[in-house]
Amino acid sequence: MSQSTTNLTAGPPAQKTGSNSLTAGLMPGWTWIVVAGAALVLGAAITVVLSDQFAVVGWVVLSGLLYIVGMYLITLVLETRRRATDMLWKNLVWTAFFIALVPLISVIWTVVANGLPTLISNPGILTDDMSNVVGADDQATAAGEAPLMGGILHGLIGTLTITLMAMVFSVPVGLLASIYLVEYGTDNWFSKAIRFFVDVMTGIPSIVAGLFAFSGMTLFVSTFISDSPAALQSVKMGLTASIALSVLMIPVVVRSTEEMLRVVPNELREASYALGVRKWRTITKVVLPTAMSGIASGVTLAIARVAGETAPILVTAGYAVSVNWNVFSGWVTALPVYIYRQLINPTAPAAPDPAAARAWAAALILILIVMGLNLLARVIAHYFAPQKSGR
Amino acid sequence: MNSTRTAPERPRGLTVKNGAAGDKVFSGLTLAAGVTILVVLAFVAIFLTIESLPALSPSLFSDQDSIDSADSFWDYVWPLMAGTVMASAIAILLATPVAIGIGLYISHYAPRRIATPVGYVIDLLAAIPSVVYGAWGMTFLAPLLVPIYQWLNTYLGWIPLFAEAEGASVTSTGRTLLTASIVLAVMVLPIATSLCREIFLQTPKLHQEAAQALGATRWEMIKMTVFPFARAGIVSAVMLALGRALGETMAVTMVLSPGVFSLSLITSGRNGTIPAEIALNFPEAFGMRQAELIAAGLMLFIITLLVNMTARWIVSRHKEFSGAN
Amino acid sequence: MSKSITAEDLNVYYGDFRAVADVNIEIAPRSVTAFIGPSGCGKTTFLRSLNRMHEEVPGARVKGDLYLDDDNIYAPGVDPVTVRSMVGMVFQRPNPFPTMSVRENVLAGHKLNGTRMSKSEADDIVEKALRGANLFNEVKDRMDRPGSGLSGGQQQRLCIARTVAVEPDVILMDEPCSALDPISTLAIEDLIADLKEDYTVVIVTHNMQQAARVSEKTAFFNIAGVGEPGKMVEYDQTSVIFNNPSNEQTERYVAGKFG
Repeated sequence: MSQSTTNLTAGPPAQKTGSNSLTAGLMPGWTWIVVAGAALVLGAAITVVLSDQFAVVGWVVLSGLLYIVGMYLITLVLETRRRATDMLWKNLVWTAFFIALVPLISVIWTVVANGLPTLISNPGILTDDMSNVVGADDQATAAGEAPLMGGILHGLIGTLTITLMAMVFSVPVGLLASIYLVEYGTDNWFSKAIRFFVDVMTGIPSIVAGLFAFSGMTLFVSTFISDSPAALQSVKMGLTASIALSVLMIPVVVRSTEEMLRVVPNELREASYALGVRKWRTITKVVLPTAMSGIASGVTLAIARVAGETAPILVTAGYAVSVNWNVFSGWVTALPVYIYRQLINPTAPAAPDPAAARAWAAALILILIVMGLNLLARVIAHYFAPQKSGR
Repeated sequence: MNSTRTAPERPRGLTVKNGAAGDKVFSGLTLAAGVTILVVLAFVAIFLTIESLPALSPSLFSDQDSIDSADSFWDYVWPLMAGTVMASAIAILLATPVAIGIGLYISHYAPRRIATPVGYVIDLLAAIPSVVYGAWGMTFLAPLLVPIYQWLNTYLGWIPLFAEAEGASVTSTGRTLLTASIVLAVMVLPIATSLCREIFLQTPKLHQEAAQALGATRWEMIKMTVFPFARAGIVSAVMLALGRALGETMAVTMVLSPGVFSLSLITSGRNGTIPAEIALNFPEAFGMRQAELIAAGLMLFIITLLVNMTARWIVSRHKEFSGAN
Repeated sequence: MSKSITAEDLNVYYGDFRAVADVNIEIAPRSVTAFIGPSGCGKTTFLRSLNRMHEEVPGARVKGDLYLDDDNIYAPGVDPVTVRSMVGMVFQRPNPFPTMSVRENVLAGHKLNGTRMSKSEADDIVEKALRGANLFNEVKDRMDRPGSGLSGGQQQRLCIARTVAVEPDVILMDEPCSALDPISTLAIEDLIADLKEDYTVVIVTHNMQQAARVSEKTAFFNIAGVGEPGKMVEYDQTSVIFNNPSNEQTERYVAGKFG
């Protein structure tokens, strides 16, 4: 049984290396170790020759290339072309995996390495805002004459209030709309239209959502209140940012809730109807509780998504240096905007390091919040699902 | 019909409607929510249009003859549109092969106990806020790429993309369009990967086993069964990722040092994208400048809308042939 | 309690397709009536039209009259929800509410409608319904455990208890034992015999021995062919249907020659 019996084969005839005819023509299992070793040595040599010094990045990249090519050629010689092609693609797929890992690990590492030391040495950063920090403070910090001043409290509060407000808008609308889609508008033209436009909404760039909220609020204020500069200035507030985030959040809530409502077995609805229970009570007391864990998990994911948004808040909420609990008036800073501002426009342009330190600490906190929400969503979906035993 | 047979003294009449109002109110509420979504989307389009009218046609809708930043709005917006499309296209070129590779890795190559956690981690990475990617690209990645750009310029400088832009030299900070594209590629990788993975996993098991039973190697099996099945899905995944990249703001804003349009990808102070232009200038803009930026946002909205609708159209057109469901 | 059912020229349509044609039947109160017939003959559809459950399928509608004692449930202005509170239904597969305990499942008909009651009233209803469903002794120690944790047969009896708890006049059963093992089936059949003391019971079954065991009267449904409406071929005392049917189709069916 040699590979050469198939018409796809173009390689050399199989060599009998063992007693078992089924393993004939196969490379010994340790071939790849030899190739890998050779690739590493050769890679190191070429790196040194080409650049006159040893560079780790070049070495790894070159050795990887050499390994892939080497394995292909050796398989081609020792086995068949088909197996060589298979080997080549297998190695390329693994390479894709490693290529993807590098930047992703690097992102996490950069944030932790830059943010964690600041957080550990200045835990006060969590309970302080920027209202008392001026450029001179940061210059003193950079010169080593003063501890790091300021904090991210106003950003945390801003993210909290804006996100909560966005939730207040989008959860009821999203929930009710998906109930309409699943329970009432079974495939009529109106539900098809909603489904289509929810798809469209999913693709709205976040900055466009911000512009929409801003221009909508501007039109509202200038039409119904006043178009004085002061009134137009008041357009920038937490509420406007919440509206922007709602535009991003509603389609996510509708999509996930719709999916969850669809998997509720029809038998439960029928059981309820057969007891003489009205449709709206069936939906609120039977269908929703049954789907609740899935819905809650979807809503949590939607919250996680908008909590990390920067652009829509940047154009709608202005920039504040102190805590502002009021979403209906005054400028607010959200955590992502804080990170952006501290990195791009440091408090002390001449000494950007303290601002960067605060930004990285804030970035670490933001990642923790978002990841925490994601994990929470998984926990909810897993542990609060109704038992599906029986049957 | 035969109402004469209905005994009037029945205590529980069939026509008694206990709490039927609740049904009306509730279904009305859900309908209202559906209408709200349509209205919001209509408002997005209307508000953006109204607020951008002064920039689109200054002579009709403002007291100025032209916009602030250029002779006409199109002169102003086309370099930004070109920059947006260029940055996103390069990002997609970089990300697609890797995304397909990882998708295949998870669905067909990795052992199960690695595949599940890898898929899980990819999902978590999709949740990292864009401002974090931007911070990473700006402080870590950009300086790292400077020597590579200089090498590219030295050896591949005859390609316009790697040439120096007119009146400038190769970047010394790394904050160029190519860096922004790389960051964008990293950012859309998780979403593209999870879309691809899902499609690959849906390939009918029977087709794959049929291929293997014919003696196909794993790669031949993938080529024979997975790719034909997944082709439309991959295209739409790429389009959706492109939609994401087009609208992505913070990464480009933080990484790119913007300027006029140029084919050179490795010169700082060149090129720009619509979202970054808005994010950089909107907080301080007023009057005509604000209208210009909102109009640019409207253009971005239209571009992403077209891309996303194309993606959906491809999916719906191929649904009936794919053999899924 | 317990009402008679009278169908007069009842037709059920799914859109343009007539699924059941011209059924005329009179079902006496406090009796068990079985509907038998091959798959797709419209017996389940007809059963669901007895409490207007067929309306949950989009496009389904009925032409004709159906009287519960003297009230036409298809008269204009009749609320299907009221009909269903008088005509309860037990389904093919046990379907207790997964988010509710055993006790809450029994009380579901009351609680879901928002009826307020004291704890002792509720306890009385639960015990009475569970005893009525021959389930009380088996579950009295796990009233607060999820209903979905019971065995299949217990779940089905829980569903019957849930139906009994709202004190309907009629109980419809759609192949209630088809998902159960023989022992559980026996328990349900015993229960049906008890239920007819208080209720009009109509049961659809594929199992002819079951029809023979539990029912007093049997209706045989059949279709002439694919795309043709289902019709009630014969309706008589169960003993007559199984031993001396007047229709040749019925004879062939009960003899196991088709279906």
